[in-house]
Formats: sequence, C-alpha cells, structure tokens
Amino acid sequence: MNNDNPAKEKGLLSGWWAVLTKPTSKWSMGGLLLVGVILGVVGWGGFNWALEITNTETFCLTCHEMEQNVYREYRGTIHDANRSGVRATCPDCHVPRPWFYKIIRKIQASNEILHKILGSIDTREKFEGKRIELAKHVWEAMKSTDSRECRNCHNFGAFDLTRQSLRARNRHSEAEQQGKTCIDCHKGIAHQLPAGAFKAERELNESQPKQ
Amino acid sequence: MKTKIKAIALALALALGIGVIGVAAVAADVKSLRPNAADQADSPPAIYKVMEGNRHERAYRQQPPLVPHPTDKYEIDVKVNQCLRCHEWPYSDQEKAPKISDLHYIDRQGVRQDTVNGNRYFCKQCHVPQADAKPLVENKFQPATLNTNLR
Repeated sequence: MNNDNPAKEKGLLSGWWAVLTKPTSKWSMGGLLLVGVILGVVGWGGFNWALEITNTETFCLTCHEMEQNVYREYRGTIHDANRSGVRATCPDCHVPRPWFYKIIRKIQASNEILHKILGSIDTREKFEGKRIELAKHVWEAMKSTDSRECRNCHNFGAFDLTRQSLRARNRHSEAEQQGKTCIDCHKGIAHQLPAGAFKAERELNESQPKQ
Repeated sequence: MKTKIKAIALALALALGIGVIGVAAVAADVKSLRPNAADQADSPPAIYKVMEGNRHERAYRQQPPLVPHPTDKYEIDVKVNQCLRCHEWPYSDQEKAPKISDLHYIDRQGVRQDTVNGNRYFCKQCHVPQADAKPLVENKFQPATLNTNLR
C-alpha cells in the first residue's frame, strides 16, 4: 500500500499536467476564450468586491478592539460629524487608495489578525499600554508617505487660505514653504494621544528631517 | 318632567360653555418658562459660537487671560494636556503662542519646578473661551479698565 500511494498521486498529478499542457481537440478556441473571460471577470470582480468589504467602517468595527477604543474616541470629532456631513471613516485615513499600496497594507493587516488571535490589546489597559507604539507606527507611516491619505481630501494646492482663520492661514503657508506634511502637526485629531506623545513627536521630527 | 330635563341640560350646557371660555381666557394670560404649547415641539436653543481671532482684553488686573479660540476638542487628562503643546516652553516660541506664566511652575512649597505644577494642570478651570452671547440676566459689571482712578 505504502508503495502504491506515491505512484498513484504522481500519476494523478501528471495526468492533470498532461491535460493542462496538451492542446485541446474537443473545444473551440472561441469557447475556451469565452469561458476564460467569464471566469476572469467573476474571479477579479469577486476579489475586488471582497477586498472592498474589508474596506468599510462596519468591517473595522467587527473587532471589539476597534469599536471600544479608537472608534469611540473618533465619534464626535470633525471627521465623524461636521456641518456638511462629509465623513472620513477608518479606511479613508488608514488604507491607501492606490492599488499597489492598498494591497501591501492589506497583506500587513494579516499581522493584525495574528494579534487579534493572541489578544494583544483585548482590554483597555493593554491597549493603553501599547498605544504609544501603535501611534508611532501610524505617524511614521504617514510621514514617510507625505500624509498621502490626508491629501486624498486635503490638498495644499486647493487650500483657499483667505477663508481660513488668521492663525490657520499663517501656519499653513509657513508649513507649505517649509515642506512640512500634515501629520507633523495634526496628531491626535481623531483619536486620543498616548502618554509621552509630545516627546515622541519631537524624536520623530528630529530623526527624519525632511529635505 | 321633560321641561325639567331640558332645563338641567340647558344649565349644564351654559355652565360648560362658560367654563371653556374661562379656561381659554386664563390660558392666554399664563406665561410659562416654556414658551411653546405643551403639544408642540420646543424651539431649539440658540447656538453661540466661540469668539476667535483677537485676544480678549482683561477686565481686571488679576483676571486669568481669556482664550481666543475653541478649546472643546483639546484632550486634558492623565496622559496628555494638549494646551501645553503650544503654550508651554519651548513650544510657545515655536508656535508663537502666549507663554504660560512662570507662577504656574511653582509647587505648593514655593519651589520652582521645570514642568507645569499639578495645581495648575487643568487650564480650562480658569482660562475659558468666550461665546458671542448676550448675558442671561442684566448685570452692571464694568471692566476695571473704565475705572477713572487708574493711574
């Protein structure tokens, strides 16, 4: 029996290989192409559909770590409720829009699933203990991409400085001249800050001086 | 018998009618704290915006300076105090924000510290923004700057 099995499996595999490599004489080229196109559309569409489902606020909140910590802090902030009702939800800031970077981020998210299973931040105390580390990850990522996700909506070029308050106007034109990026100043706008946030901010700004 | 019933019915009708008119007359006179009728929705309260931009003048010498911007979104807790991010040294120089008075660094023993003392940590207890709202009741307060005895 032991001798038979490998041979049988090999036979099965080689059979499939033969089918895949041998030109077909049964089906027409057009028929094969049609089936291929349909399968491709369904497969690619299904993949994107599933990917977009994981890119919604509802999906993020299925983890209680997200709902009970960061989401509750986000409620009531300017990105959640404002005069015009335009909202920026979790993926708008935390998932890149360009396809390549989005896929990279989605692959990185498998690490988050691992820590969900390990229960790394399953209580408020554990979350607060890790908050500075987690916040630093986000700040570093935003700085390295020149706040790409912010700029999906907030475009320096489209700022009407005359409609901003005096303080905002001065600071924004200054920041543009100095080549600063959004996250350099706008930390803790949608979530609470970790203890030691200002020290970490100084270290971050000094470690990676922008050209 | 029939006339008696009719008379009672008439008397009742008159009495009720007068009663209804009376109640209506009284209701028109009553002014309650809630201006709308009980079966109508309350009018929403007025919305006052925080006055932004120019620094507020102090009304008297010992007055804690008032804040010329909204502060409601600033986090002040055991982890961070977001007011200090602009008003504490060295940030106040970088952000061109008014510096916290040095008196806020003195602890209860009178010893000067390097960080804002815990007694003075909760900025919003004394330093408040101002809403552009009318006073709820009349008052005769006059800022000391109008005092003619000023030297």
